[in-house]
Amino acid sequence: MSTEKKQQTVQTTGHAWDGDLQEFNNPLPNWWLWGFYATVVFAVIYWVLFPTFPIGKSYTKGVMNDITYKTADGKEHTTHWNTRSLLMKEMQEAREMQKPYVDKIVKASYSQIAKDKDQSAFAYSTAKVLFADNCAGCHQSGGAGVMGMYPNLADDAWLWGGSYAKIEETIRSGRKGSMPGFKASLSAAQIDNVAEYVLSFSGTKVNAAKAAKGKAIFEGSGGCFACHTKEGTGQIAMGAANLTDKVWTIANVNAAKTLAEKKAAVKAVVTNGVAGRDMPAWQGRLSDADIKMLTYYVHQLGGGK
Amino acid sequence: MTDNLIQKRIPVIPRSVEGQFRTLKHGILFFAYAVYFMLPWLRWERDNGPEQAVLFDIVGRKFYLFDLTVYPQDIFWLAGFLIIAAFLLFFVTGVAGRVFCGYFCFQTLWTDVYVMIEHLVQGERNARIKLLNSPNTAEKIIKLTLTKLLWLMVAFFTGLAFTAYWGDSLQLTKDFFTGNAPFPAYATTFFLMTTTFVMAGLAREQVCTYMCPYSRFQGVMFDQDTLIVAYDEARGERDNGRIKPAKGLLKQEERQNKKHGDCIDCGYCVQVCPVGIDIRNGMQYQCISCALCIDACDTIMDSIKYPRGLIRYSSEHELHGSKRRWYKPKNLGYAISITLVTGLLAWSIVSRTVTELTVNKIRQPLYVRLSDGSIQNRYELKIVNKSAHGQSYKLSMEKIRHAELDVGHFTKFTLKPGESVNLQAAVKHTKISDEDKQFKFNFVVESLNSTDIPTIKHTAVFSQP
Repeated sequence: MSTEKKQQTVQTTGHAWDGDLQEFNNPLPNWWLWGFYATVVFAVIYWVLFPTFPIGKSYTKGVMNDITYKTADGKEHTTHWNTRSLLMKEMQEAREMQKPYVDKIVKASYSQIAKDKDQSAFAYSTAKVLFADNCAGCHQSGGAGVMGMYPNLADDAWLWGGSYAKIEETIRSGRKGSMPGFKASLSAAQIDNVAEYVLSFSGTKVNAAKAAKGKAIFEGSGGCFACHTKEGTGQIAMGAANLTDKVWTIANVNAAKTLAEKKAAVKAVVTNGVAGRDMPAWQGRLSDADIKMLTYYVHQLGGGK
Repeated sequence: MTDNLIQKRIPVIPRSVEGQFRTLKHGILFFAYAVYFMLPWLRWERDNGPEQAVLFDIVGRKFYLFDLTVYPQDIFWLAGFLIIAAFLLFFVTGVAGRVFCGYFCFQTLWTDVYVMIEHLVQGERNARIKLLNSPNTAEKIIKLTLTKLLWLMVAFFTGLAFTAYWGDSLQLTKDFFTGNAPFPAYATTFFLMTTTFVMAGLAREQVCTYMCPYSRFQGVMFDQDTLIVAYDEARGERDNGRIKPAKGLLKQEERQNKKHGDCIDCGYCVQVCPVGIDIRNGMQYQCISCALCIDACDTIMDSIKYPRGLIRYSSEHELHGSKRRWYKPKNLGYAISITLVTGLLAWSIVSRTVTELTVNKIRQPLYVRLSDGSIQNRYELKIVNKSAHGQSYKLSMEKIRHAELDVGHFTKFTLKPGESVNLQAAVKHTKISDEDKQFKFNFVVESLNSTDIPTIKHTAVFSQP
């Protein structure tokens, strides 16, 4: 294998500048050279096959590289090769792969989905993504909502009803929730008494005399009972909150330690009311199957009732 | 122009030889080929999967090895296996030199087969050299083409056999020839065919000399006591060097008297060398310890009735007159490591759980206050049935009081072998304790229909305000 290294005379390009300045002629290794030629050939083939050169406002489209894909609404498109169309094609293929599962979900009733471990797992994992894409912006990724802004979907209190039918209705049509402010019609002392009474619903120890005065306003001149009912249990038909449970969606009573703080939270709501608790409608934006899976998911989040 | 810069490869055309090591190597080659080519076709009875003894099912994410099914969760076994392989290589190399290179490496095995094909078509070494240097006659073209076609055939079946490990071998092979196999099957087969042809047919010893990292770092494990294929220079050269036999130099005593070595300079050891070195120049990094020169020299020694062993397995120490030491801290360390890792791996495989339970606590929100004032935590559970039979399971909790578990309709569920289920579990705690903001409890999965299946417990954390 080994041969004696011979003394070699260095090859030069043959030019000489300034008398003795010469340039070595060190040729590239053959493997490198042929590798380079291969890239040239590759480039030429690429120019022909793929979109390459800009021509004014257009560009060469390449040959034999059509991509045909169907969008979600069933329209067929054919374009020259481009990465966006590749993605659309992949999305179409993914939709087709999911179709048998989605079809099953569409046909099944909610209780059937809940009983079938494959369907429930499919609906849950699909809706988890849908929820993150569409709902988590307000309701947060785990559905915990934001106190005072967006309701918590992970608990078992439902302003607009926690049955499958009610949740689906909420997602499809959206909701508009509001409560008037009472600072014009009630005095500060009256509002204070109402707050005492409201807190007594859910078992907070309050001043009985004040609460009794509050009760009179709640069931009488204040008109609170019209929405929240005389028992304080609220009405899901109009999204009036149940005041008797331990869940608070706007007044952060659970975080308050003293009675005064709790009352302050309730009073703020009674005084100013609640406006702009609007949820947009998703019908038209999401498919029926998507809405169905989201309904199942949201129901599951709170162990809905 | 570039002639002088890079030395051209001198083709190595090894001569055939017979002897004890050649026989051993034939045996190993036969065994290795039998295993490699037959294994995908071996059928195996199994309740929970395909009837193929060894199948690496990428799509189904399961590796079937006889009665062992490896799930993705068990892939760290592969790490254990690789660690054992590495230590074994270190150990064997430290004690006995490049045994792997010479006897077991697929480069050596496949090159062996390719040289055999060459021999079969073109004849012995002399004939091959003559053919190579002859002008392009019809005979030369036919013989060279035939050799390469046979090489290509071996390469193709090598690729196909490899592909057969990754799918149902019978169906896959049928699909392969009818053009219905998936693209990766063709790509894999073609890729391995190409590499086999290039590496075993064209590149040969250059793979070991220039490309292979193992061959180079094995030198690090060598010491003065490592077994090497060595030429006994003291005996072969004596004072006046090797010399071809002539009158008065035929018998061993005659040569000893004239202080010439026992090496008759026949060159057989050089001719049989698959990497093209002369072992008489001492230990060289190119040497793969294939021991064929030992066979060659022994053949000659037998024929001229000299004692064998002019070229033999020896060590630096032994060649210089001292004794070989086997026991060294280094080798002992390798041996202990191998035993340790093998034990761990075996223990891990034997004690694998057939039911797998993983618990993910949902952290957003960490807890939720329910309308009756109780606190609810949610968990995502995944249960995998890794046993060979269908099982019915019951899910429950322990070490938690005043709590209810809600998994919808799935408190009891049935899983087919290999099947898994994802469950959404809500745990409702009615009595909030003041002491612990967080406490631990267990999810428990027990099999209802088999007492052989151990009950699995998994710790989870419950959070409260």
